[in-house]
Amino acid sequence: MSRAKATTTNGAAANGASRRRGRSASKTDNGPGVDALHALEKSELLSLYRQMYLIRRFEERSAEQYAYGKIGGFLHLYIGEEAVAVGAIKALSPADHLVTHYRDHGYALAIGADPGPVMAELFGKETGTTKGRGGSMHLTHVERHFWGGYAIVAGHLPIATGIGLALQYQEQDAVCMCIFGDGATNAGAFHEALNMAAIWKLPVIFLCENNLYAMGTAHQYISAVPSMATKALAYDMKAETVDGQDVLAMYEAARRAVEWCKAGNGPYFLEAMTYRFRGHSMADPETYRDKDEVEQYRSRDPITAYQEQLIEAGVADKAVFEQIDREVEEQLEAAIFFADASPFPDPSTIYDYVYAEPIWETIARNGASEDSEGPRG
Amino acid sequence: MASTLAELEEMQREAAKGASRASGGMREVTYRDALREAITEEMDKNPNVLLLGEDIGAYGGSYVVTRGFQEKYGRKRVIDTPIAELGIVGVAVGAAMAGLKPIVELMTINFSLLAIDQIVNHAAKIHYMFGGQFTAPLVIRTASGWGQLGATHSQTFEGWYAHVPGLRVVMPSTPRDAKGFLKAAVQGNDPVMFIEHSLIYRNRGLIPDGEYILPLEGAEVRKEGSDVTIVSWSRGAILAMGAADELEREGISSEVIDMRVLRPLDIDTVAKSVAKTNRLVIVEESWRTMGLGAEIAAAVQEVAFDDLDAPIGRVGSIEVPMPYARNLERIIIPGKDEVIQAVKATL
Ligand SMILES: Cc1ncc(C[n+]2csc(CCOP(=O)(O)OP(=O)(O)O)c2C)c(N)n1
Ligand SMILES: [Mg+2]
Repeated sequence: MSRAKATTTNGAAANGASRRRGRSASKTDNGPGVDALHALEKSELLSLYRQMYLIRRFEERSAEQYAYGKIGGFLHLYIGEEAVAVGAIKALSPADHLVTHYRDHGYALAIGADPGPVMAELFGKETGTTKGRGGSMHLTHVERHFWGGYAIVAGHLPIATGIGLALQYQEQDAVCMCIFGDGATNAGAFHEALNMAAIWKLPVIFLCENNLYAMGTAHQYISAVPSMATKALAYDMKAETVDGQDVLAMYEAARRAVEWCKAGNGPYFLEAMTYRFRGHSMADPETYRDKDEVEQYRSRDPITAYQEQLIEAGVADKAVFEQIDREVEEQLEAAIFFADASPFPDPSTIYDYVYAEPIWETIARNGASEDSEGPRG
Repeated sequence: MASTLAELEEMQREAAKGASRASGGMREVTYRDALREAITEEMDKNPNVLLLGEDIGAYGGSYVVTRGFQEKYGRKRVIDTPIAELGIVGVAVGAAMAGLKPIVELMTINFSLLAIDQIVNHAAKIHYMFGGQFTAPLVIRTASGWGQLGATHSQTFEGWYAHVPGLRVVMPSTPRDAKGFLKAAVQGNDPVMFIEHSLIYRNRGLIPDGEYILPLEGAEVRKEGSDVTIVSWSRGAILAMGAADELEREGISSEVIDMRVLRPLDIDTVAKSVAKTNRLVIVEESWRTMGLGAEIAAAVQEVAFDDLDAPIGRVGSIEVPMPYARNLERIIIPGKDEVIQAVKATL
């Protein structure tokens, strides 16, 4: 029983800094991503760029809105990791399902949520993707079966396995993709979820974004192995490590995973090597990593690298990208305007959504009956 | 190391004497620094005291309580753990049984739910289940609080732990209590849930100059009054003091009691106060249903039914999961106005 073997399809982000440029210069190179470069339509290739740029700028504008006090609580930015979400989501079809961790803005945008409602959610507005109830960590996009971001580390992994169970049970031609960080692989729920997905051969893609840190702790202090993919081997699960800074390599790997699952082979584990350019959240003092390290990773920006790749491959010239960038800026300007102009949830709706079925008023309002206090305005 | 309450009290008296001999003085520190002092004093004194928790090393702890400790004490004694609450607490239980004194930091009380099996089924049971022959004296530090953090990160669960025999549960509101209780928790022989509050780490207060400990028992009257008794704990007690000040200006005299220790509960102090004021309002940040306020109300009426001139008032949070939107969050968490309103309803 040694089917499982973690393969590495590209240099890890840690050691692959010069790899991409070498490949882009030479069209005969058949490294990861090159098949996709040839197979995808020009419009598709440009759309991947547009999505990454949209996510990057959405995050930068969010940070700015946070500084203005429009956004509160935690704000986990996705800057630097855009290629992972965009490449992975490209491999999904509308029938497929998605659950993520709290670092979810990129996934919501990549799977097609309108930036307006996403920004409105960050503002806590009624027009947000969860009507201001969930906030930044719990975005959703129901039309595309994006079942939301979850904020308890590893809490959503068994849920993904459960969605996989439902898909298999109902004999649907669909997969569930589950996103989580390297830190989540050390939690019990991770191991329980992988084991069950493996024994029941469920169509679940476990996509680990290995950005080398769980909050402020480097993985070598908290993980027995540096490769998160090797953990899947314990469950005899097909596993692969991919360069998460290369959007086309990411897409190809995700496609392999989708095909594997849809062929009934059971779950698939993808480890995307990536790096977050910003702090864990807006509150992060970043005392745990040095500036040189951050600069080194920043110098291999997944968006500019992809842009260079497309220019070198003759897919588009600078003017095309400038046009896309302008359109994205306008889209975000409109999104912020929409969020700002939208109303906060009406206090009279404070008891809405606690239960799916209506229950007796006296029970629903237990602890705040009309004659004692009532909702506090 | 003290093993009984009497010994703790004796130590406290000695320490207090020492303190007053040393300078007799008090000094002002933040709640956070009070915790830091308690931890460093205990670590300096007892090499078996060690810290375990997520991001307590290079990151300095999510509420910056352990900043600099890893540099000072090394990785052996300040251990950055994986995100594995069940495992962390379990490891601490075992280490405590085998003679260490682990202080575990769980980032927030929300994540303690992942460890509840180790806390309730293991830590709380071991001394009893094995006929008192050995102990599992770990300290779990964790924090309550909110601030647009959403439904899973804004909860208040001290009542859940106060429900469990075998655990000691404290939730101090002042720097003085924070330091004295934490030291007593580390020196004691029982598992302790030590619950902080994310919104009071920067609060300042006076603590004795020298070393001191406070036994993990007893409520404290924070302000004397004659018209009504307001009972709360942690940030709620601070809220109650604010409400009492405002009521004072309107000519209503409130006695404020800070429960401080939630298991064992000191109902005596509350009953004594009610015998004087004949009115009681209980303030908690949690949902009221099945909560600590309900227990306090029930226990008080058992011993002070005849002293009560009005139904016991209760203030709690609105019973919904916490929404992210700031306007709704503000409505849900009880504030000074709700306390004042509840007090007036008893008069
Ligand atoms: C059970 C639990 N414990 C702790 C936390 C606090 N926390 C939030 S994110 C995080 C780090 C997660 O790191 P990783 O899984 O690598 O994801 P990344 O943020 O790097 O994308 C921690 C410790 C939490 N949300 N849930
Ligand atoms: Mg990580």
